[in-house]
Amino acid sequence: MSTPASPTAVADTVENAKATPEKEQPYGALGLKPDEYDRIKEILGRRPTSGELAMYSVMWSEHCSYKSSKIYLRQFGQKVTPEMTKNLMVGMGENAGVVDIGEGWAVTFKVESHNHPSYIEPFQGAATGVGGIVRDIISMGARPVAVMDQLRFGKIDDPDTARVVHGVVSGISFYGNCLGLPNIGGETYFDPVYQGNPLVNALSVGVLRHEDLHLANASGAGNKVVLFGARTGGDGIGGASILASDSFDSTGPTKRPAVQVGDPFAEKVLIECCLELYRDGLVQGIQDLGAAGISCATSELASNGDGGMHVELSHVLLRDPSLTPEEILMSESQERMMAVVEPEKLDEFLAVTAKWDVETSVLGEVTETGRLVIDWHGEEIVNVDPRTVAVDGPVYERPVAYPTWIDALNADTAAVLPRPESSEDVLAQFLSLVASPNLASKNWITDQYDYYVLGNTALSFPDDGGMIRVDEESGLGFAIATDANGRYCQLDPSQGAKLALAEAYRNVAVSGAVPAAVTDCLNFGSPENPEVMWQFSQAVEGLSDACLELGIPVTGGNVSFYNQTGDTPIFPTPVVGVLGVIDDVARRVPSGWQDEGHNIYLLGTTQEEFDGSAWAATVHGHLGGRPPAVDLDAEKALAGLLHAASQQSLLASAHDLSDGGLAQAVAESVMRFGVGARVWLGEVMQRDGIDLTTALFSESTGRVIVSVPREDDVRFQALCDVRGYPVLRIGVTDGTALEVQDVFTIEAEDLRTRSAATLPEHFGSATV
Amino acid sequence: MRIGVITFPGSLDDRDALRAVRLADAEPVALWHGSHDLEGVDALVLPGGFSYGDYLRAGAIAAHAPIMSEVIDAAAKGMPVLGICNGFQMLTEAHLLPGGLIRNDVGTFVRRDQALHVEQTNTAWTNGFTAGQEIVIPLKNGEGGFIASDDELDRIEGEGRVVFRYLGVNPNGSLRDIAGVSNERGNVVGLMPHPEHATELGFGPDTRDAMRSGTDGLTFFTSAIQALQAV
Repeated sequence: MSTPASPTAVADTVENAKATPEKEQPYGALGLKPDEYDRIKEILGRRPTSGELAMYSVMWSEHCSYKSSKIYLRQFGQKVTPEMTKNLMVGMGENAGVVDIGEGWAVTFKVESHNHPSYIEPFQGAATGVGGIVRDIISMGARPVAVMDQLRFGKIDDPDTARVVHGVVSGISFYGNCLGLPNIGGETYFDPVYQGNPLVNALSVGVLRHEDLHLANASGAGNKVVLFGARTGGDGIGGASILASDSFDSTGPTKRPAVQVGDPFAEKVLIECCLELYRDGLVQGIQDLGAAGISCATSELASNGDGGMHVELSHVLLRDPSLTPEEILMSESQERMMAVVEPEKLDEFLAVTAKWDVETSVLGEVTETGRLVIDWHGEEIVNVDPRTVAVDGPVYERPVAYPTWIDALNADTAAVLPRPESSEDVLAQFLSLVASPNLASKNWITDQYDYYVLGNTALSFPDDGGMIRVDEESGLGFAIATDANGRYCQLDPSQGAKLALAEAYRNVAVSGAVPAAVTDCLNFGSPENPEVMWQFSQAVEGLSDACLELGIPVTGGNVSFYNQTGDTPIFPTPVVGVLGVIDDVARRVPSGWQDEGHNIYLLGTTQEEFDGSAWAATVHGHLGGRPPAVDLDAEKALAGLLHAASQQSLLASAHDLSDGGLAQAVAESVMRFGVGARVWLGEVMQRDGIDLTTALFSESTGRVIVSVPREDDVRFQALCDVRGYPVLRIGVTDGTALEVQDVFTIEAEDLRTRSAATLPEHFGSATV
Repeated sequence: MRIGVITFPGSLDDRDALRAVRLADAEPVALWHGSHDLEGVDALVLPGGFSYGDYLRAGAIAAHAPIMSEVIDAAAKGMPVLGICNGFQMLTEAHLLPGGLIRNDVGTFVRRDQALHVEQTNTAWTNGFTAGQEIVIPLKNGEGGFIASDDELDRIEGEGRVVFRYLGVNPNGSLRDIAGVSNERGNVVGLMPHPEHATELGFGPDTRDAMRSGTDGLTFFTSAIQALQAV
């Protein structure tokens, strides 16, 4: 990109582009391929101006255009039934999906990646990841009410991991806390495969009244196009094209200028300002500025509306007056929004932004020309059909190849690994799992997050899902949980994606809510690697099939490719978030035992399933075989049973079984409130024909432990009988220790200490 | 009884404070930092948050907001004023309360259910507690370390103006475990922990009885009503 000597220097105008057809343009450095550049020239009938080239390069990037994933993502829209979409007010394609939860309320939610920025500059990368997803939620007309983060770091004892962990966690803490949004859950995993490419996904949920729904479109010729919020600076230029759409190359120059810098105070004020604008009916259409900044906002608003827009780019308020028009078009400066406002409401609009001290500039207006025209000091520097920029980008059918290594990996089952031979061995393995980085307490992280703010948090970490009250009168609320097991996905990406969905679905069900909708963030390696594309195609197919079977639609999400360093891609990591609805949060069910003398029941059956398990990883450093089986009909039956039981208030607690199996679930239930239990496994082993190791550490799906007060025992058993779901009493809550009869006994406090020690050991005893 | 809650740009727990006032059976009144009108309220709450992004120092810019001149006048006349977290920082910056608040000694933001020892029950916001009572309310801050010179610490301790001390754990390095203080008259109280987040069953801290059932914070607000009724 050429840099003019001063801001008033002559820009590359459309006129100039016509006059100088042979001018060489740096399309390669902007991330465009030669055939993509040729196609732009074909669309325009001339070479693009440098401004147009900047716009096409960011909007046609993998991150913005989904050019490698589009042909697969269609399945999410196709594999649906009318029943699945009947509560869907907005589906895929908008900033975020919107679900009708009843009583005139709707919920919007979405998860997005901010992986590469968070490796280069962990603090700002993670902070602006939160900021970006929250703006997506605001732009639907909703008040953001919660955030969650899905984090994957490298090996816990690698020296660089502490750098990334400290930066990411303090970035999320800083931005989310300053924004006043409760952080109610999430995931943290450590694995060497993420060493050079950590994953930082951020999820946000917002609530709105049905009538407040806003969409990103610019309709009504003559309506004003207004940019408001923070000023535009030189940060984040080309973030989408350069950072998010390429692999890291350890020898290349640093890409730090492509990371944005966040100011949560500006965003908090922007949220309140937007909500006041919505309340007063002053906004016709609205779009947040995220990836690709003004290029994205103008072209998407115009494409979704009447098709035309005319703006004067020199009206953009700048932090740095030396920015070129191309840089202004590409800048990803944070905390900015673009609105379409009826001219007669403009004064009122400006009064509201002035009240909140939010800087505002009127850039131009909506037209009927079908062209997006951008001027720079009166000279035309962009004149394009906005749909060619925002909608009709390139679509690739990338080569797909069955991985050469996967058969050997699948054949290497964990079933043959040696199992503990004595009770002492069992206890030692149990304790090593409890303290292992992936199962250990995440308090070191979550103690830095505020979950109290807004006063509606009904459940949060360490419970299986987060839960927020939406209506203070009726108690109507939602629950949300996210999951993804990269190890399972490496063994079988289709099955792994189904397992992620099944677990998130179960985690919502144990809270007492009814699963209603899905969002996903699909984190994969380079799409130019055919084996990665095979993993991706398998995961999307598996996930979309499973959503259809469970009857819950995908409402939106995000694809993050190029998560690899050198030639080594990460494990496929499709993070799946499930949203559920609960008619009264007072009926919520926690994951731990609060009272002594309750019966503990295991719902579901256990098979010998160690492949990909936490036990195989922690005890044997093993990854191989095939992930656990998924029975989605059983998951549905289980969710139905849990819902019925919670409606009748029969459950004192319910906790999902997943990583680490029954042993870890029981340990977590003990640690939650410090109430112990006596547990016996003889009957389970006999009924399911399994050994002690399998009973404790297998990761079979469709299983939950619940605790039931004695007086509700008969009703609970009757409910299980009627529904025909396998159930077995395996213990009773009691005392302050966990006793697995005839095997071991350990004090709850001892378990807590071990579980809580792991993260501080590596990252410092910052919290108390 | 009307209790006002002032919203500054960057206030976060303002709606929670309004809810707490309502749960205490008083009338909540939302006030705006840029106004000079206290709208006839009987008591004031300066809520938690990150006013002005904590730029310069936490609470430093908000302490000069237009409405603060009315707050200072009202406090001088004896109106009950409660500063919570960022509100406490504002009250020290406005010199209505002694000392100052600095970054937590642990270096990170801390959120925990915090046990406090109630030392003074003769203030407008604590008369419903018993002296020496132990309460648990949420704490959540990045800059909660209370500091003052030794002389000043001796003086406020001597004058009985330490209202709360941290019990068990000092979460932020506050000198002499001080969690909250009052002015000489006892009508102005500031503290770092958040009473407004322990006022509603099901949404407060865990207790031995049930999860999220802690409502120790409600007494702050009922105390203020009591103090006003006694006048």
